Amino acid sequence: MGKRPLSFYKELFAKILFGIAASAAVFAVGLICVFLFSQGLPAMAEMGIWQFLTGTEWRPTWNPPLYGILPMIVGSLYVTAGAILFGVPIGIFAAVFMAEMCPKGVYRFLKPAINLLAGIPSVVFGYFGMVILVPFVRENFGGTGNSILTASILLGMMILPTVITISESAMRAVPRHIYEGAVALGASRERAVFFTILPAAKSGVMAAVVLGVGRAIGETMAVRMVAGNQAILRAPNEFLMGVRTMTSNVVLELGYAYGDHRAALIATGVVLFVFVMIINVLFSLLKKKEGAR
Amino acid sequence: MKKLAIENVDLWYNDFQALKGINMDIEAKKITAFIGPSGCGKSTLIKSLNRMNDLVEGCKITGDIKLDGESILGGTDVNQLRKRVGMVFQKPNPFPMSIYDNIAYGPRTHGVRSRAALDEIVEKSLKDAAIWEETKDRLKRSALSLSGGQQQRLCIARSLAVEPEVLLMDEPTSALDPISTAKIEELVIHLKKSYTVVIVTHNMQQATRISDSTGFFLLGELVEFGKTSDIFSMPKDKRCEDYITGRFG
Repeated sequence: MGKRPLSFYKELFAKILFGIAASAAVFAVGLICVFLFSQGLPAMAEMGIWQFLTGTEWRPTWNPPLYGILPMIVGSLYVTAGAILFGVPIGIFAAVFMAEMCPKGVYRFLKPAINLLAGIPSVVFGYFGMVILVPFVRENFGGTGNSILTASILLGMMILPTVITISESAMRAVPRHIYEGAVALGASRERAVFFTILPAAKSGVMAAVVLGVGRAIGETMAVRMVAGNQAILRAPNEFLMGVRTMTSNVVLELGYAYGDHRAALIATGVVLFVFVMIINVLFSLLKKKEGAR
Repeated sequence: MKKLAIENVDLWYNDFQALKGINMDIEAKKITAFIGPSGCGKSTLIKSLNRMNDLVEGCKITGDIKLDGESILGGTDVNQLRKRVGMVFQKPNPFPMSIYDNIAYGPRTHGVRSRAALDEIVEKSLKDAAIWEETKDRLKRSALSLSGGQQQRLCIARSLAVEPEVLLMDEPTSALDPISTAKIEELVIHLKKSYTVVIVTHNMQQATRISDSTGFFLLGELVEFGKTSDIFSMPKDKRCEDYITGRFG
């Protein structure tokens, strides 16, 4: 066997280098998993998983303390559902406009604006919520203004870029001849878009919604600044009352918590993590479906 | 009886003139074929007949096109026009929905809501397009599960479902195998009884097999237009003769 050429070693080196870079992300995820589950699961087991998940009282300072995170799970679900309610219709309509109806000049302005919205730090959104939305809700709907409703509106705004961008590209990916076929049957542009293009882009649009849900449920800072943060189980009709999400629960108390309290917060993180994983699985299933089309 | 009258039509795509002074009458309930080499303007002309060229940016048209004596240019309701003048495309373009919904799309667009009426239209259209037997047991299945030839007949059925008066076909068989092509040709001849058909084709044999009149286009001009039998047996124009005898194109 002769000597291997230099290019072989170059390639090998490149492979290893890029391989390490790629593994870094996987490594990070793995590390987080190990940390979360090793610290959170034993605590959950000790408190009783069922009791932890369905307990309606969060009283870390009581003796004995009570660690029930149902109010937070429900709180997260409320604000996420609210964000979907506000963000998804507006987002999809905006995407329809951008993909199908927007004059080029307007698009040149609109597209960067939406990208910019995606780049605004969540604390800035939170600040905007505190100064504008909270007083607005207080004056127009009542309550203190720090509420499920306020957080929903704010989160709805925050998921807009995700919903718009992904739905738009899904609609643009629908072959042009489908649109032409609809128009050739005498369909108006609006009908062709809503009854042909949009259904054809359905799985892409669903993926956009799922990713929006992921963003909403994981959002911490902005929600914490406007949601009121009371760890109380709310009924859906109490949307003008404050609520605490899983994310806020962690960020509010982790700074001073120790012992069981700290473990209960990490366990909250575990529950959140599981939610996000479910969302990711849903997303990749939808993507796969779209690829198969 | 003439169905469509094309009068002095010039058409530009921005600065490029794609059609030059076209004059022709298209007879009702006959098959008119447009032939000519690629880029000769035949597809452009057929797309002008139901204003599909409106979708092309920078497209400008002068002269006049009349359907039953009335101009279809200017302020015409294009959706209504396209209901009367249907179109089948080169590549089958079924919607990614069920076979049933594909056919029902047009009638629904034009206000048919009743389930019974839609059922009837779907069955009739599929029968008229000679694809009922193959699809009747799987109307709820996706149209994309059909073969290319079946998809094209589905698209013809979809066009028929809105009861057009004219059917425009832009190279409807060029993406299909010979057997599917034969089926569609047979179907087109059958459709002539009720519809005026205009077909663009690259296939000389196809034009002779199915059409009553043929127009030969070259570089945006209508070089020769007449009865198909005349065009193919004794073309008057040298360029037309060269093309149909396969000397170029």
